Amino acid sequence: MVGKGIIKGMVETARNFLGSYVSKQRLTTIQYPEERAPQIEAARNFPFLVFDGTDAERGLRCVACQICEKECPPKCIFIEKSKDKKPDATGRMQFYPATFNIDISVCMSCQICVEVCPFDSIKMDVVYDLSNNDRFAGLLLHKQQLAKSNEYYNTIHPTEAAAVDAHFAEERAKAAAKVKAAAEAKLAAEAKAAADSNAKAETPLADTQAQPVGGGTR
Amino acid sequence: MNLKLNQLDQIFVIVNHWLLGYLPPAVRPLCSSILSIALIIVTFALLFAITTVLERKGLGRIQNRFGPNRVGPCGFLQPIADGIKSLTKEDIVPNPADHAVHFLAPVLLVAAAFMAYAVLPIGRNMILVDLNAGVLYFFAIGSLMELAVFMAGWSSRSKYSLLGAMRAIAQMISYEVPLVLASIVVIMQAGSLSTVSIVNMQATYTGIWPHWFVFTPWGFAGFALFMIAATAESNRSPFDLPEGESEIIAGYYTEYSGFKFALFFLGEYIGMFATSAMAITLFLGGWSAPFSFLTWIPSYFWFFAKLLTIILTFIWVRGTLPRLRMDQLMNLAWEFMLPMTLLNLLTAGVWHFMSAGVLRWLICGAMVVVPCILLSRGLKQRKKFQVRKYHFSE
Repeated sequence: MVGKGIIKGMVETARNFLGSYVSKQRLTTIQYPEERAPQIEAARNFPFLVFDGTDAERGLRCVACQICEKECPPKCIFIEKSKDKKPDATGRMQFYPATFNIDISVCMSCQICVEVCPFDSIKMDVVYDLSNNDRFAGLLLHKQQLAKSNEYYNTIHPTEAAAVDAHFAEERAKAAAKVKAAAEAKLAAEAKAAADSNAKAETPLADTQAQPVGGGTR
Repeated sequence: MNLKLNQLDQIFVIVNHWLLGYLPPAVRPLCSSILSIALIIVTFALLFAITTVLERKGLGRIQNRFGPNRVGPCGFLQPIADGIKSLTKEDIVPNPADHAVHFLAPVLLVAAAFMAYAVLPIGRNMILVDLNAGVLYFFAIGSLMELAVFMAGWSSRSKYSLLGAMRAIAQMISYEVPLVLASIVVIMQAGSLSTVSIVNMQATYTGIWPHWFVFTPWGFAGFALFMIAATAESNRSPFDLPEGESEIIAGYYTEYSGFKFALFFLGEYIGMFATSAMAITLFLGGWSAPFSFLTWIPSYFWFFAKLLTIILTFIWVRGTLPRLRMDQLMNLAWEFMLPMTLLNLLTAGVWHFMSAGVLRWLICGAMVVVPCILLSRGLKQRKKFQVRKYHFSE
């Protein structure tokens, strides 16, 4: 019969039209500013810096090693090393970034900075509503904007963050054990020195040389 | 019909006369025309605005989307936002373009589209000029739109514009033939080219049923053929090849931006309303009510109800059918529409000379249905499906 296909199609579109008023499941559109699509765990767009504890300045994991700056393909990271040192995530004295800028208008979200970071300090964020009136200064993120807490990291990428946390706990335990062992050795040496008062006192060799932590997780 | 309802029906005519009463008699005809023209322009421009939002929302729902729903209640103020946007946009004219013609094309298109409304009876006694060759005038003005389209395509100096204009001209001229031939059956039956007398002939009733021409075999076939041709005339989907955006960007108005683009849009829709209104006038009884007991509702209400129904059908069809290929389009015009309209003329003649009865219905119905089936079957069988050879690209 002539025109059967057309009538079939018309019925189908009419069903869609009426059905969209009846069943909400048909409408796949999400009304963006009011409601948001649930994010999958692997979602990522631009990098941010993780800090431990509550103080963004003191808890920052970054030690300004500048590997990410060198590896970044579009060269969107700018780091200035500090002159002084502060204890890092595992308690050792390290440099920290005096300046840490990421130009997210240049960033291509390749995640290479995250891959190369030996300190698990730079991670990928999921915030996507970044529109701005100022396309130059507004999209150049400074350390204060980049620093986000470990709790936030745990909420956006739970599995990954749990692995990182476990690794850090292990490292901290190791470091604590080392400190304890060093203290014991020192005590023993002092006792030995006290006992052997005639002999020339020898200062015990403390293991102060820092070893790079992390990196081995991947 | 009692007096009060009659006044409601004639309210625009009465108000017009009342306003003109304050003017000196010498300027009355001129002012009467200006008043009516202004009213027509405002009404149909408003209808255009409503149609754009209805179309976007309807197409959205057909595709299981919301459509515009941000500006105003349910997005119904969207046309205002669109208008402001197109007014504030930069008007870019290509450097090598013929500036005068490039400017004139959208103006001519809109002017031609609005001129067609002069002979369309919107309600009882509501017509700008009752020409005794009204239908002829309508089709003559309709072909002015082709000129505007070609002016736009030619003056832009762009290959897309020119290709679009070429397609548009080929399509519009091809479909002009079945469009006019499909309407001739009505002229044959009515014996008049005046739109007013055509509507008056249909505004009579047998029992409760009206004498619309669409309720006859030849009238129904004529209406269907007229609507197909009208869809092609107004460059709407599935015949929107002149502006097939996947192939030639926007066709003949590729090089238009800002309000000139909006004018093209307006012209296309106004033209579509005009041909729809012509279909209503010729086949659907113009402003007459569908049942005799509904004649108390004002005539202009029925006209706009019918017009909106046709517009919604246009939107529905646009949401359903994919675009035709150029050769399919031409084959449909010359191999199916033209023979069918010519046969329809014969059917109308047979209907006219046979006495009323069941036999007349049977014979004329068969004269419409049988050729339609045979023709479409024959065209289908002639088609051979094979791997296409590309002579120039290999």
